[in-house]
Amino acid sequence: MGHMSESSKDLPPAIRTRNLTRRFADNVAVDHLTFDVYPGEVFGLLGHNGAGKTTTIRLLNGVLGASTGQAQVLGFDPVGQGAELRRKTGVLTENPSLEENLTARENLTIYAELYNVPTAKVAGRVSALLERFDLTDRADDKVGGYSKGMKQRMALARALVHRPALLYLDEPTAGLDPVAALEVRELIVQLSQKEGRTVILCTHNLVEAQRLCDRVMVLEHGKMLALGTPSELGAKLVGRQAVEIEVSAETLTLALNAFKTIPGLADVQVDGDRIKLPEIERQGIPEVIAQLAAVGVHIFSVTTEEPSLEDIYFALHEKAEPSEDASGVAAEEAE
Amino acid sequence: MNWRAIRALMRKDLLTVRRSPAVMLPLIILPVILIVVLPAGLGLAARLLPEAIANETSDLQQLLESLPPSVQEQMVGLSGGDSVMIAMLVYLFVPMYLIVPMMVSAVIAADSFVGERERKTLEALLHTPLTDTELLLAKMLSSWTAALAVTLVTFILYSLVVNLVGWQAMGGPFFPNLTWLLLVFWVAPAVAGLGLAVTVLISSRVKTFQEASQLGGIVVLPIVILMVAQLAGIVFLGPAITLVLGAVIWVIDTGLLWFGVKTFRREELLARQ
Repeated sequence: MGHMSESSKDLPPAIRTRNLTRRFADNVAVDHLTFDVYPGEVFGLLGHNGAGKTTTIRLLNGVLGASTGQAQVLGFDPVGQGAELRRKTGVLTENPSLEENLTARENLTIYAELYNVPTAKVAGRVSALLERFDLTDRADDKVGGYSKGMKQRMALARALVHRPALLYLDEPTAGLDPVAALEVRELIVQLSQKEGRTVILCTHNLVEAQRLCDRVMVLEHGKMLALGTPSELGAKLVGRQAVEIEVSAETLTLALNAFKTIPGLADVQVDGDRIKLPEIERQGIPEVIAQLAAVGVHIFSVTTEEPSLEDIYFALHEKAEPSEDASGVAAEEAE
Repeated sequence: MNWRAIRALMRKDLLTVRRSPAVMLPLIILPVILIVVLPAGLGLAARLLPEAIANETSDLQQLLESLPPSVQEQMVGLSGGDSVMIAMLVYLFVPMYLIVPMMVSAVIAADSFVGERERKTLEALLHTPLTDTELLLAKMLSSWTAALAVTLVTFILYSLVVNLVGWQAMGGPFFPNLTWLLLVFWVAPAVAGLGLAVTVLISSRVKTFQEASQLGGIVVLPIVILMVAQLAGIVFLGPAITLVLGAVIWVIDTGLLWFGVKTFRREELLARQ
């Protein structure tokens, strides 16, 4: 999770969009997006390939112009003040986009100059980044010979060379082996929590988004399907969830008897002093707890298992396209 | 204008070209064949031409007679074969030489705009603080300076070849003349500008480096026309005409550059991905 605190919400948003839309000749890649991103937040853009994540980044960073709607990023208009804005943003593009015939040091030095890092600081900063990303030993080798994980680390180092306040990370762990992916995730946590940078994370990896993001926006065909913290979305979209109730051993039987009288809750699982209700309507949880308390059950704790982003994603998907089956394969008539 | 960033991007482009055999090979091989091997071979062949053939071949005679007095003066007292050789090296190769700046700038510009997109290195560059104009200018300047460097090196080589081949006939170094100096320092930079401007205009409309450099080849056409016109005796590239030719090309360059800067949007480069 990111560095966002309640106080961050009082600051002007790092990103604010209103009906941001981008049309191409034959499709609408980004369709009326309205959202705010708070400073220090890790904000996830979730969606399939082609959902509009990369186009959104391009719009926010002034690489593409919007067809209609507005965006304000770090106080700048991305189109009119693109150059000023891009001095303060760093981008890890979906493809590492590295000059493979150049060495890591050359790649970083040239980008430091492109981002106007003061001349006296370039060499030191490049060396520090190479060290931080564990690339010092291969710093003077051509990047083309690097492994995928090294290239990704190199691209991340390049995105940080000018110490941006806002970072866009487009599929940062795609195609990486588990160890390399873990390293990149740890880096993201560090960048957000320790260094206070705002991070926009594009991913279709739900587990990753759940682990790293303060809030997520789910996109499909350029439209926003949902926006909120993973748990907010879960509460809103996945009506049923699992609940574990810890009761005193003496009142366990009392509790189990009570459940028999509540419709739909006969199927409880017992593990020691813990009673697990695998599926219960979220709205019904307070009522169940009240009933247990009323019959004298001693309740020590109630733990709800948050629905995963995966649950949320599929719930949204079903909502958006009811004719699709759970695996997301579109039925012909939906075309 | 952020000149430091422009210089950084130029350095990146030139380093990339220098380390890319696919771009470097044509940049070395073609000028060497056009400007060193071909003139040396033809010049020597003309020199060795049997006197009788050189004197009797009416086409060659006609060609020599159509040369302006300044060139004819140079050939006073030369044998028929030597006259043909000097005519070729000093006069007929002028348009051929212009192919070098045009081709070099077109190839590098194609690599810089379309090749960059093919290598998937463009996106990160578009996210840098460079403005559209700075991006375009940096990419044009890198192609242009590379073209000028190759053109100059080729000219030095050509001067060596011409003087070596003609040494015996002329009794010492005789090249370059004023026309060639104007050609190298006035016309060639303008021609390099033309080659790259046309390639840049094409670049946002094609997908691959191959397509761009092939289409960019179109710009060689005016040079071929110039070559034919000169052989037919319609035009002669003396100092005055060379000066005018350069001025005309510079005007065209300025127009294309103005149009390029006015219409170039970084998103056009992405549109073909």
